[in-house]
Amino acid sequence: MAVAVDTTRGMGASALRKEDGELLTGQARFIDDIKLPGMAHMVVVRSPFAHATITGIDSTAARRLAGVSAVYTADDLEFAAGVPCASNPTGQVRQPERPPLAKGKVRHAGEPVAIVLAADRYVARDAADLVQVSYDVLPAVIGVDAALASGAPLVHDQYPDNVCVVIENVTDGVEEAFAAADVVVKQTLHNQRTIPGAIEPRGVVAHWIGSSDELMVHSSTQIPHFVRTFLAICCNVSEAKVRVIAPDVGGGFGGKLNCYAEEFIAAAASKQLGAPVKWIEERSESLVATIHGRAQDAHMEIAADGEGKILALRAHYIQDVGSYLQLLTPSIAHLTLFIAEGCYDIPQVDLKVTEVFTNTVPTDACRGAGRPEATHAIERTMDALAAEVGISREEVRRRNFVREFPHPTNTGITYDSGDYDKTLDRALEVSDPAGFEARRAEAKSRGRLLGRGLSTYVEICGLAPSAVTHAIGLTPGGWESATVRIHPTGKVTVITGTAPHGQGHATSWSQIIESELGIPFDDVEVIHGDTAFAPYGLGTYGSRSVAVGGTAIHKAAGRVRDKARQVAAHMMEASPDDLEFQDGAFRVKGSPDRSTGMGEVAFRAWQGFDLPEGVDPGLDETVFFDPPNFTFPFGCHICEAEVEPDTGRVEITRYVAVDDCGNVVNPAIVDGQVHGGVIHSVGQALYEGVIYDEDGQLLTSSFVDYLIPGAPDVPSVETYRTETPSPTNPLGVKGIGEAGTIAATAAIVGAVCDATGVRDIDMPLQPERVWRAMNEGGAA
Amino acid sequence: MIPAAFDYERPGTLADAVGLLQRHGDGAKLLAGGHSLLPMMKLRLAVPELLIDLSAIDGLTGVRDAGSQIAIGALTTHRDVHSSDVVANGCPMLAEAAGMIGDLQVRNRGTIGGSLAHAEPHADLPAVLVALEGEVEVEGPAGKRTIAASDLFVDYLTTAISADEIITEVRVPKLRRAAYVKFSRRMQDWAVVGVAAALDGGSARIAITGCGATPFRARAAEAAWTGSNAAEASALAADGLEPPGDTAASPDYRRHLARVLTGRALEAAAGR
Repeated sequence: MAVAVDTTRGMGASALRKEDGELLTGQARFIDDIKLPGMAHMVVVRSPFAHATITGIDSTAARRLAGVSAVYTADDLEFAAGVPCASNPTGQVRQPERPPLAKGKVRHAGEPVAIVLAADRYVARDAADLVQVSYDVLPAVIGVDAALASGAPLVHDQYPDNVCVVIENVTDGVEEAFAAADVVVKQTLHNQRTIPGAIEPRGVVAHWIGSSDELMVHSSTQIPHFVRTFLAICCNVSEAKVRVIAPDVGGGFGGKLNCYAEEFIAAAASKQLGAPVKWIEERSESLVATIHGRAQDAHMEIAADGEGKILALRAHYIQDVGSYLQLLTPSIAHLTLFIAEGCYDIPQVDLKVTEVFTNTVPTDACRGAGRPEATHAIERTMDALAAEVGISREEVRRRNFVREFPHPTNTGITYDSGDYDKTLDRALEVSDPAGFEARRAEAKSRGRLLGRGLSTYVEICGLAPSAVTHAIGLTPGGWESATVRIHPTGKVTVITGTAPHGQGHATSWSQIIESELGIPFDDVEVIHGDTAFAPYGLGTYGSRSVAVGGTAIHKAAGRVRDKARQVAAHMMEASPDDLEFQDGAFRVKGSPDRSTGMGEVAFRAWQGFDLPEGVDPGLDETVFFDPPNFTFPFGCHICEAEVEPDTGRVEITRYVAVDDCGNVVNPAIVDGQVHGGVIHSVGQALYEGVIYDEDGQLLTSSFVDYLIPGAPDVPSVETYRTETPSPTNPLGVKGIGEAGTIAATAAIVGAVCDATGVRDIDMPLQPERVWRAMNEGGAA
Repeated sequence: MIPAAFDYERPGTLADAVGLLQRHGDGAKLLAGGHSLLPMMKLRLAVPELLIDLSAIDGLTGVRDAGSQIAIGALTTHRDVHSSDVVANGCPMLAEAAGMIGDLQVRNRGTIGGSLAHAEPHADLPAVLVALEGEVEVEGPAGKRTIAASDLFVDYLTTAISADEIITEVRVPKLRRAAYVKFSRRMQDWAVVGVAAALDGGSARIAITGCGATPFRARAAEAAWTGSNAAEASALAADGLEPPGDTAASPDYRRHLARVLTGRALEAAAGR
């Protein structure tokens, strides 16, 4: 698809991405490109068992191997704290201690037990095989049903029911509403366990500089400042002496929104060894070392009147949190709860989240983080409601849409703005529902079954107002920082607290500067990811960067412009109020020949002499922006899919995405995010799923078995937009990084169910599963 | 994903390569395209002491019209087999199957000899060669010999090729009425089930991949084939088939696919 290139590259232009030259020509610098003199390579020895007592570790043979510098276990490295969890939604979350290296017990296959350090990675890997760890294997708890069964083995001995936390949100009249209902539909949805699957696995290079007791850590992370804070805490070093650098990061999808054991281990090992330590996650290792996502069951019940108007929603979610809590683990299903009502005006709710420990890799944020699960659950149940009432799937949605904004939900949040009819109308307009029966007949003539599914979604993003993050038990706030610095030569440095890993922030932030300051896009440099340069930033996740970080830049640029106006007025001997600002220059109203460019102002501000009374030198402003609310993007996705009846194979034949993310900074980047987001969920809907056996061995242990779709396996995505500005921020923007992922699974599964006439099929809709659903009870 | 240490040799002649195999025995592995071997080494499922890179040996690539047969050098890539006019005209099933292997990157590097020698149970070419009743020529210390496809595949990742022998050439009959139908979950994947059907005169040869250690000859379906009864014959395709179950498919579903795909392969072959 051709992208129109605008000559001006302010807000709204599809400017080509600044980042792409380096990325496409192999010049980008990823974590594995970092090489420090004297660096040791670390390989982690991991538990092969899901649950076991460690009875002994013999590293003699490994230490003897030529080139091995050291083998460390939990006894060798000191940590002042364990791997952190910064989330406690109820104040009652059971947070088990988690040492970075296992002490005494392992609780999932892949848990770090020891590390080997060697002069080269190959030797380290060879030596890892020589570390002899003895285990007494314990019964493993796999899956939430097994974990909640009476008499189940315990993941943590101190928690006698394997329950991590229960979160409830119940209004007063639920029972009455169900009693009064004409229709009650029930549906159980399994949102299978997935992996984030960034193309660049994680990695760390830690360098403890003994002479000054400083710690420098390069990490492939979405949150360099959090990593700094927790390194300081866990490794007992002054935060002022810790520098964390996220170099180019090759994707995250939530998998790098965490503080991981390996980051702390590498830092402590560097201190102990007296040399820099590098750890690069192997691809197969990443499947057991990086968090998993989803793993949530939803037990849904909707009570409605005979016309399909919802009276009450009962949604009980069971979240598999895995063996330990990572940074945000308990909050993921909490996000599901917040957005449980979807786009609908629901009078009464009975919402409950039960989070459960199992002997598996911990779950945490994976693109969408709780909202894809919520959307899948409510949307598939709305389809069931439509069928029960006997109205179309579009109509049941229209009868329940929220139409007044701001809209306070039963879960204590407030949808900022929306027009759900508009995105549904647009999706219907472009997807030719009138021609569907003809297409279905044509498919049937080829022996294929055609179906159509839709998903109308609203999501909660732009994390987050700090008062809210505090109220919902998150340790950090939700603000973001930005510095805008005009150099004496008129060029601009922007320092952002966001931590892009593919999103194109350097491009989008430059566009905001061009719009706000009139300084050309090409004259703007964006710095991110280095805690030594940047004011504290909260990083990139939860589709927050443009709504919070972009707004911080907008505000910092505004402050720069306000100060520049005073300097310019003084230079032109005019009143600041008599100046207008256009195309990067201040002009005296009515005297257009009298103008002073931003560069001239910057130069004078740098020279520092003859500035107006009370104005300090320099044009350099830093803003910390705390948003007053989340933002709530929404939209409607429509999928058409064909099923081959004799094999169950699914092919998506058309995918239409209509998204509303408020005002748009760069339409090409927004389209790209929608494409990637939808394809992410095509993966979940049709291909991907983590499978453990009953002993807790990962059966999907490589990309041969864990099926991330390739280019020939996915549909073309048609993107359309409506623009309903957010009132939450002055840019009117919302966020788009997760929207496609949040919307898509319900539309795809809905299409396949429509094609086959089966009420519901569990994801992933791999051919055998679809074939079995169609032939239930039939000969196999 | 980090292989163990290994030695590396790149002999210039077949004789030198055979000599290296003789000296190193089971500790040596031949490196052709490497697209099966190297991933296994990275997972340490294969830990050879010596890799013998065949790429410097002349005369092992290319497609030759050999009268009633097509002869293909063992180091010919899947891409070159797929795009050869000689193969496409004389034995379209082989061209078709070569174009379904892995993805483009794999087809650009992987070789026909390497794939057959590796004998992966889910690979495409073993079933194709068996259905075609093709053969491979191997060279060892005692010189050349020919192994028929029906004798080549012995067990899981095991062939009748001795540890000191190297495939030099693959030969298939010119046979237009043959078709390969592959079912995989993603385009790039191994076959969950693949069926190669070759119609030779009035008889059919049907070989199924993905359902056991070696390609399975669907004898019952072959016996039932009358020339136009694909549905009837394919219903017998899973007779005697005892496929494994794994994360890709259950045994039942594999048996079902064997029947469905056999029907399709017979129809496609008959249409050629």
